[in-house]
Amino acid sequence: MKHDELDAALDSFGDALASATRVTPGNALRPEDIAVDGVAPSEEVAQYALTLGDDALILAQRLAHWISRAPELEEDVALGNIALDILGHARSFLTYAGLAWGKTEDDLAYWREEEEFTSLWIVEQPNGHFGVTIIRQLIVSVFQHLIYQQLTTSQDETLAAIAAKAVKEVDYHRDHAIQWTIRLGQGTEESAEKMRHALEILWPYVDEMFRDEAVHQNLDSIAVRPSTLREAWQEEISAVLAQAGLQIPATGQAMAFGRRGEHSEHLGYLLAEMQVLARKHPGASW
Amino acid sequence: MSQQSNWPLWEVFVRSSRGLSHVHAGSLHAPDHEMAVRNARDLYTRRNEGVSLWVVKSTDIISSDPDEKDSFFESPQGKDYRHATYYKASEGVKHL
Repeated sequence: MKHDELDAALDSFGDALASATRVTPGNALRPEDIAVDGVAPSEEVAQYALTLGDDALILAQRLAHWISRAPELEEDVALGNIALDILGHARSFLTYAGLAWGKTEDDLAYWREEEEFTSLWIVEQPNGHFGVTIIRQLIVSVFQHLIYQQLTTSQDETLAAIAAKAVKEVDYHRDHAIQWTIRLGQGTEESAEKMRHALEILWPYVDEMFRDEAVHQNLDSIAVRPSTLREAWQEEISAVLAQAGLQIPATGQAMAFGRRGEHSEHLGYLLAEMQVLARKHPGASW
Repeated sequence: MSQQSNWPLWEVFVRSSRGLSHVHAGSLHAPDHEMAVRNARDLYTRRNEGVSLWVVKSTDIISSDPDEKDSFFESPQGKDYRHATYYKASEGVKHL
């Protein structure tokens, strides 16, 4: 569908699909395109899209908290940009998943309970100090970059299209985290100490990222099996940490099962804040 | 933020498309030139403004002295012959 035709089609949806981010130059895939043009995925593909969307949504919510709080104005804008990119990925994945169940991205974001979220524990971990946020970004964006790279060749065309847009953005997020990791690791004694601290509190959530779950079965050549990414991830992270003069900590691994709806104590508070407005004023738009 | 930034100031130049020259877009603070390019990307190219970025440390730019404006910039005044419009087209010359 051409963009002008699409806009006409969107108009018929009224406010339900109107959005401040409607106008996107170029031909990048928009969540609105998926909502109007998308073919509903199978239950299995929808569940898979939901996991990627939930990771992105929760991480975006965490990152957005830095806006107006970052150490420098320039960094405020950088983290805000990254948060918005990731929110965009979440919108696309959730919109696509929702087609399978007759739900919108908002239904899925605002009207699900904690145990219905399938996100990883690492994305719901608190921001901590700047070093914690950077290490979390390093761990997650390298992981997401590997997923999206592979997902661009998925047999599912919508997943491939979302990934093709996301991979370019996450490539930058990854670069941003790497640059800061190196600078803070090699910075002052205090900055290096804070980076070691960040690695210690986040490393327990690494194993969960690479665990294959039921949702990854039966989706060969459509989904990416997380276990297949571990080696490449470890290699890249190790190289960055070595350059930063940091080491992988010898910490145990948390019993984290976010993909199955079992979450750390942090997700409930995050959801309460994220969902309060939509639930207090159901159907409100602006 | 407990203390003022002591990151150096950088000037940002954006080229809006191939074939055009880089144009000064503004300035920003960054710890080093690599981060300055990244910050410039976030601050000045968010809405498809450009295809190329330059950053230059502000202290590396030497500017003309505003007090010497007269001697610097007013010398061309009254020298109309420096403009093409000063000259009459010769008869019989086509495609001018």
